[in-house]
Amino acid sequence: MSTPRTLFQKIWDNHVVKAATPLTPAVLYIDLHLVHEVTSPQAFTELRERGLQVRRPDRTIATMDHSTPTTPRVKGVIPVTDMQAKAQLQQLVDNCAQFGVPLFALGNDKQGIVHVIGPEQGLTQPGMTIVCGDSHTSTHGAFGALAFGIGTSEVAHVLSTQCLIQNKPKTMEIRVNGRLQPGVTAKDIILAIIAKIGIGGGTGYVVEYTGEAIRALSMEERMTICNMSIEGGARAGLIAPDETTWEYIRGRPAAPQGAAWDAAVEEWRKLPTDEGATYDATVVLDANTLKPMITYGTNPGMGMSIDDTVPDPAQLDDANQRHALEKALNYMGLQAGQPLLGQAVDVVFIGSCTNSRISDLRQAAAAIEGHRVAPGVRMMVVPGSQLVKKQAEEEGLREIFEAAGAEWREAGCSMCIAMNGDQLSPGQYAVSTSNRNFEGRQGKGGRTFLASPLTAVAAAINGKITDHREAFAGV
Amino acid sequence: MDPIKSFTSTVVVLPIDNIDTDQIIPARFLKVTNKSGLGDALFSDWRYNEDGSPKSDFILNFPASKGAQVLFAGDNFGCGSSREHAPWALVGYGFRAVISTYFADIFQNNALKNGLLPVIVPSAVHQKLQAHLGTDPQAQVTVDLAEQELTLPWGEKVHFPVDPFAKHCLLNGIDQLGFLTGAAGEIEQYERTHPQRVVTTLVG
Repeated sequence: MSTPRTLFQKIWDNHVVKAATPLTPAVLYIDLHLVHEVTSPQAFTELRERGLQVRRPDRTIATMDHSTPTTPRVKGVIPVTDMQAKAQLQQLVDNCAQFGVPLFALGNDKQGIVHVIGPEQGLTQPGMTIVCGDSHTSTHGAFGALAFGIGTSEVAHVLSTQCLIQNKPKTMEIRVNGRLQPGVTAKDIILAIIAKIGIGGGTGYVVEYTGEAIRALSMEERMTICNMSIEGGARAGLIAPDETTWEYIRGRPAAPQGAAWDAAVEEWRKLPTDEGATYDATVVLDANTLKPMITYGTNPGMGMSIDDTVPDPAQLDDANQRHALEKALNYMGLQAGQPLLGQAVDVVFIGSCTNSRISDLRQAAAAIEGHRVAPGVRMMVVPGSQLVKKQAEEEGLREIFEAAGAEWREAGCSMCIAMNGDQLSPGQYAVSTSNRNFEGRQGKGGRTFLASPLTAVAAAINGKITDHREAFAGV
Repeated sequence: MDPIKSFTSTVVVLPIDNIDTDQIIPARFLKVTNKSGLGDALFSDWRYNEDGSPKSDFILNFPASKGAQVLFAGDNFGCGSSREHAPWALVGYGFRAVISTYFADIFQNNALKNGLLPVIVPSAVHQKLQAHLGTDPQAQVTVDLAEQELTLPWGEKVHFPVDPFAKHCLLNGIDQLGFLTGAAGEIEQYERTHPQRVVTTLVG
């Protein structure tokens, strides 16, 4: 009998083009390469300079998301007024045309956030290797694919050879036992995990999320979990594929059909970690006791239960850690020991590759229906893709958000990265469903509280941080 | 890329844990389509006032920091986004090595492809060096990639780990893409024996 293997090990083994030697890392084949405007221009330039081609345009797909405005269309066109962004977007158009790479350009009805469009088109499938010049590529691990972010030099590697030079990472199991209480969501699970292991806790590891609470999640909830693996330092996060996975993929444009579908599912069933396989590290959480989570500081590991109080730097022994927490609280304008409940907010942002899919928008719309955004609060709802936007509009979600006083925008990364015109002003507080609360991440001087869509909606309605379980019981 | 030789330098001390790539280079500078000129934007939000003038209390603006090629940082340097603009900005400014207890994975990969050495030292060494540099800001360290040795200001040498392949490439001034293009035969063989999973050109 063969040695039991983890899900990660099986995918790795199946993609080794050239085995590692004592002097050289392994060469790993990449099944799908996702490309966007910000991290690709210099890579295409490198190909041109070396006279190289894109080896497999048919395994490559590009979209525009980071520097695209999400302002309403004018005569059917989304206007780009930032000349530098405009030039960068045009360069992607030119590069894709020159090298034969398919592109969902701004205005295309399939354009959207790179980590939303892959699963949406059925391009993300179990057992694959997927890379992108974007750290949130970990999102695709929700399908049992090995997916991770790479730098621009590596984008050039994959464009020209469809391969990467890789040292094998270690494996970590994060097991979430039990069941979530009502109103506690996938976002709360991942924020709790990062608060527990710290933002460097997963460095050097590929994480596999296991346990009853993970198995109970929908595909879109699983994507929220895997998306933020990088916020715990892990390049990739995986969830074993199961019936939930097949049901999500079935019928999507790039999904196998007919006999090929049956054959694919049969292969995918072999992927989950074997009984008796071991991980290099294991972390265990109990879902039963989790509450809605929120961050208080300037990295995603600075998170707590929503009814908790801000920690005190004086309690930390390590000088650099103490300094980091003091710096964070100073930036956030918060005091040690204060609660966050009741903290006034200026902006609420629902969107990003973490929480901009149709189920996120449905949940947020159901919570806000019949309420109004508090006076003085700006609420933005930014669908993850044009297809999500279309579906939400068909379901009447747009009307619900607009009736409540929220802005309904075009698809893109928007205020998660604040390089497209959507940003906080200095000093503003935001509750955001995105993934990073670093200093200035959502605009220079802006101050971010990361939370779930339900917590974000509750903050929008009350104008202050609120425990949504009390704000709308039963949602 | 020029081969990396041993070098000696003063050190800029930024003893903050978890310095993320958004601090190293904020996203608004990522609209460029080349790699040059990013050194001026390094640590932009910590380094400049609203009017663009240098903040007098930020270490990079101290006269004594001029010409330093080594950055000393807290734990987990380079966490966050995968932007290779971070090492481009550090190298563009003039840094050739960063000392920390550990680095974020993607940053470390990106740094090694741009001639920027991530020098990993044990916590005890890190603390001792920080204390020493606090009392003697003009103290120098020597970084020797070939020997994988960091010589501390008081003469002690500590070994640091480097991926052997990255080291080979850096010492010889060659880049990693050549190794991959040299594997064309194996790549073709792999493609012949493994069915294609998805065809992007059918949906795009």
